[in-house]
Amino acid sequence: MSRAADYEDVIGLEVHAQLLTRSKMFCGCPTTFGGAPNSQTCPICQGMPGVLPVINRRAVEFAMRTALALHCTINSGCRFARKHYYYPDMPKNYQISQYEEPLAVEGWLEIEVGGQVKRIGIQRVHLEEDVGKLVHEGTLETARASLVDFNRSGVPLMEIVSKPDIRSPEEAAVYFKALRAILIYLGVCDGNMEEGSLRCDTNVSIRPRGSSELGTKVEVKNLNSFKNVQQATAYEGERQRMAITSGQTIVQETRLWEADRSYTLSMRSKEYAHDYRYFPEPDLVPLKVEQRWADQLRTTLPELPVERQRRFVSQYGLPAYDADLLTQSRALADYYEAAVREYPKPKVVSNWVMSELLRELLGDDEAAISKSPIPPRNLARLLALIEDGTISGKIAKDVFEKMYRSGEDAETIVRREGLVQVADAGALGAVVGQVLASNPGAVEDWKKGKKQSLGFLVGQVMKATQGKANPALVNQLLLERLPKEP
Amino acid sequence: MAEPKITLAEVEHVARLARLDLSEPEKKRMRFQLDAILTYIDKLRRLDTDDVEPTSHAIPMVNVMREDEVRPCLPTEEMLANAPEREGDFVRVPRIIEE
Repeated sequence: MSRAADYEDVIGLEVHAQLLTRSKMFCGCPTTFGGAPNSQTCPICQGMPGVLPVINRRAVEFAMRTALALHCTINSGCRFARKHYYYPDMPKNYQISQYEEPLAVEGWLEIEVGGQVKRIGIQRVHLEEDVGKLVHEGTLETARASLVDFNRSGVPLMEIVSKPDIRSPEEAAVYFKALRAILIYLGVCDGNMEEGSLRCDTNVSIRPRGSSELGTKVEVKNLNSFKNVQQATAYEGERQRMAITSGQTIVQETRLWEADRSYTLSMRSKEYAHDYRYFPEPDLVPLKVEQRWADQLRTTLPELPVERQRRFVSQYGLPAYDADLLTQSRALADYYEAAVREYPKPKVVSNWVMSELLRELLGDDEAAISKSPIPPRNLARLLALIEDGTISGKIAKDVFEKMYRSGEDAETIVRREGLVQVADAGALGAVVGQVLASNPGAVEDWKKGKKQSLGFLVGQVMKATQGKANPALVNQLLLERLPKEP
Repeated sequence: MAEPKITLAEVEHVARLARLDLSEPEKKRMRFQLDAILTYIDKLRRLDTDDVEPTSHAIPMVNVMREDEVRPCLPTEEMLANAPEREGDFVRVPRIIEE
């Protein structure tokens, strides 16, 4: 009897990314999310007979940029194909996609798991159109009817298929995260998983360790977070291990991840589902990608997350953890670098961005950063106020929160609220004298050698000055007045 | 008449993919009609096409694209006028029955 531990996971991910174009893939309807139902359609994206779709140039360029960033080979010629199936979210009963001749093939993406760098192969990158959105009354099983909103129908989708090179649920989540970061850096997708701009399916099979053959794979759909990808992949691998070690066989099927209940559910038999009868889309002539076009796009590629992360370590001397976190989104990394330019102490800026700024912001994406009421320059000015002794670090955290709420700069708040640090030995000396007089117990403890009482006395002085005292000076004054240690 | 090349099971399969509910006489008729089409394709297959590049399109054109510009949509009311049933601004369809 084989044991579960004798089997390894073989995982491949299919990621669908909505492209950040203004208009749809084959017509001029807007792609804006959240419009009133069926307010963003036209005869083309409704699939009316006799209409003529036309390819959106920007969508092609976005997919090419992605393919180049993933080190893919861009095919010199590619075509669109019709993929046939019936579902009410797709009125023309075929989806315009790519099949035998996708836009790009054979690339790779580097991920780092447990300190090890690993290359995950990219099988293909292709373009297709999204379908409409179904709203059910109640659950799918009990609904009497479904309601359809076709606003999403025809929105450009890019499908990125990895090779089955992923070997653990953790690697799957890291790969998905790295891919998302690249898409956001490239500006081709907003990466918003809640709104469905980025979606992921995982293909899982298991095989005896050391074997090079592939087992029967199961596709798990409906994964809209890194956590879901990791959990669903782990669950499915375990399910298959249990099935095989108890003598059952794995059936090739599609399963649905139920995030609330943490298990995968078979989507009933789909024996006909894979008979898509692809054929070349006669309404769209082939695409021919001249080398010049690809070369020109290559020059517009930004610095990508991994490169930027490495540069943050070498240029700013940041720990790998900081560099990784700060480069997850291009907007956050840009924010960080702008702040460091104004206040060139990289680790101090990193600490403030990671702990204070990210606590307040609702995300680290473009939208969240651009809404930050504290621009990088204002954060830098706040840090400068700490450094020149105007305010204490403790007060600075309060000032930060006030800056965040009001959008005012640090100087304005400090001046108005009288938060300037007291660093005048005369004024502080009086407070220190009062604190020593009213805490004889602590002074006694100090005499007995209890060093912690110094911290207590510093705290009392800070309290008496509403946190405005310069802590170093308070320390110095207390030590001057307390009896020397025995 | 010779036995058609296409089997009854194949006709049923294709009909199911096309969501067509055919009666027995219809299946039989389709079987002969599809067979006639396949026989015609066989005739084309006998042509010598060794020196002909496979083509997917009748016109020698590539790279027909449009700029990424938003154009006016169809008003929701006009769009919904084509729907068999509506509920609010949604198109209403019968419940989905998975196979």
